[in-house]
Amino acid sequence: MIRALLLSTFLAAPALADEIWVTNEMDDSVSVIDVATLTVKATYPTGERPRGLTFSRDFSRLYICASDSDAVQVMDPATGAILHDLPSGEDPEQFVLAPDDRLLYIANEDDAITTVVDTQTRKLVAQIDVGVEPEGMGISPDGRVQVTTSETTNMAHWIDTATHQVIANSLVDARPRHAEFSPDGAELWVSSEIGGTVAVFDAATKAEIGKISFAIKGVQPEKLQPVGMRFSPDATKVFVALGPANHIAVVDAASRTVERYILVGRRVWHMAISPDETTLFTTNGVSGDVTAIDLATLEPLATIKVGRFPWGAAARPTSD
Amino acid sequence: MRALSFAAGLSFAARAAGLALTAQAAGLLFAAQAAGAGELRIDWIERQVTPPPVLSNMQARPEDLGRAGAALALADISTTGKFTGQSYRITDTVVPPEAEFLPAARAALGAGARVLVVRAPAEDLLALADLPEAKGALILNTAAPEDALRGPGCRANVLHTLPSYAMRADALAQFIVTKRWTRLALVAGTHPEDTAFAAALRASLTKFGLALAGEKTWAYDADMRRAAAAEVPLFTQDLPAHDLLLVADEPGDFARYVAYNTWEPRLLAGSEGAKPVGWAGVVEQNGAAQLQNRFREATGREMRAEDYAAWAAVAALGEAVTRAGTTEPAGLRAWLLSDAARIGGFLGRPLSFRPWDGQMRQPIPIVTERAVVALAPFEGFLHASNELDTLGPDRPETLCQAFGDPE
Repeated sequence: MIRALLLSTFLAAPALADEIWVTNEMDDSVSVIDVATLTVKATYPTGERPRGLTFSRDFSRLYICASDSDAVQVMDPATGAILHDLPSGEDPEQFVLAPDDRLLYIANEDDAITTVVDTQTRKLVAQIDVGVEPEGMGISPDGRVQVTTSETTNMAHWIDTATHQVIANSLVDARPRHAEFSPDGAELWVSSEIGGTVAVFDAATKAEIGKISFAIKGVQPEKLQPVGMRFSPDATKVFVALGPANHIAVVDAASRTVERYILVGRRVWHMAISPDETTLFTTNGVSGDVTAIDLATLEPLATIKVGRFPWGAAARPTSD
Repeated sequence: MRALSFAAGLSFAARAAGLALTAQAAGLLFAAQAAGAGELRIDWIERQVTPPPVLSNMQARPEDLGRAGAALALADISTTGKFTGQSYRITDTVVPPEAEFLPAARAALGAGARVLVVRAPAEDLLALADLPEAKGALILNTAAPEDALRGPGCRANVLHTLPSYAMRADALAQFIVTKRWTRLALVAGTHPEDTAFAAALRASLTKFGLALAGEKTWAYDADMRRAAAAEVPLFTQDLPAHDLLLVADEPGDFARYVAYNTWEPRLLAGSEGAKPVGWAGVVEQNGAAQLQNRFREATGREMRAEDYAAWAAVAALGEAVTRAGTTEPAGLRAWLLSDAARIGGFLGRPLSFRPWDGQMRQPIPIVTERAVVALAPFEGFLHASNELDTLGPDRPETLCQAFGDPE
């Protein structure tokens, strides 16, 4: 009933607004935020404990890690209908879609494995042994290197996507949660939640070239726990979500210094940037909402209530 | 039961072997931190004790208590090790209740034990730490909660991963303050553990500005499985008015029969009811669900506080080897006690060790059978450097002198 009602609301809404899609970890649903009105315009049920989510290149398919259902679900974002599942391995927490729009690299947290799935044939392509509790998933813009971080082994594992072999391992600080290549592919950024740092690697030599620490007046160092990261559209800044410190750090990508901190909701996880590149959206797990931040002023615009424990975020342009 | 824990160990080994192929190739490419490469021998030293008789034996203590946590951490750090070219091995010395402890411990030290993870009562732990052969060894206490071990009786070669009585009592006292429960009463058993926990509770209440309205000692020898409904109401009838009844019954003897049988309908906390613990099967936030899943899969049971303490000890050693690039006890100890130590422990804050008494800093969950009620330390209990140091003796209060002046 509720779903039908929400669906009709969605269909009645103007079709031109861009959207931010958010997984609600404890509600088994995704919320769809209208970027123009900053309101939730639809909520769709998913499998259990949805976390990572990403769109196909043409935005016609949404992939969702339903971790406790042990499935990657494929949703039609036009209708919210689950079309089918992909063979994901156990407990898929986070994934990254290759630039070829075809291969999905999935972190199987309980199995210390990175699973590679072909989204077209829906077949498993490879399973790669990595460290304990893989989570952060990054892929180079040219698609040649995939990086899986393992939370308990504290490493970034560099995987050659041609051979699906681990070609290097880089030690990082405790509990790495997220890996992000710079848009030009020159650098890899890895956040360490318990270590409280972000390590920056030269993607070519795989050498560590910088490490970023955080400090907010009145916040204990132990609470500064970097998780999600996003490069700004012009690649000059990196936004780092600081978890229970309830702030986003704005890092200058060139000097790797923190320029400012933006207060958001409680336990901030991940982020998405609106397709028109004007607004940053953060998922705030404990407060169950999303903060919208104006990218020009770096000031919060609105707080949007979503489901319980929002976790992942992805943007979808809808204007033609 | 021995066989069961053995089987679990084998499954870890089998899994590690399955991963070994890529590991070797990957290990070669891991150049930066190769300094610690080699094998670290970790000794599991266990003094088995006959538990005191309790009124109900329906929930028996698992035979692999503690050891199963060490086994899980060994699997975790061995996976890291396969990428760094470091291997780990646990050598077991398990002393039955009727056998002598010290000769067995001495034999282990003689056979090369330098890094020891110990599950033993306080007096055995101290006797081991004081052996001439143990000088320069690194000992991690995973089972003895006594405050004296972190106070006047501390030893420079002993670190502690099990929270002390004082830490658990402070966690509960903070919880009571946040709940604004001001009227408190205490019932304590007569076992030495009960007396020690009751003393810690009294000290914590004073520390956080609370006071007991009254207390009684439980010294009944009737069979409460049959008589609780008749005896407990009378026993609790003359306690002064209270909101919360604290119970100190560490062996788990009588307090289960106090619940729902009190004269007035009152909540319980302490050893029963809302319990401050190092770990419990209901802990699930901060990625704990993954650790719990791995533990359950390996053992078929829930992870207890002693399992977690042993897991944390071995996990901390692995982290120290990787970060400090050494397998020498002195180097490992120095790293563990340093500010650089920020160890992931699935409790939402980094674990580290206090340089003034060797105690591991850790959040303390307050749990019931079915849920985590709260996680200490609580908001508002401020500390200049680390809120975790509001649990247990802080640097200015410590009675431990063996660690020297760390500043």
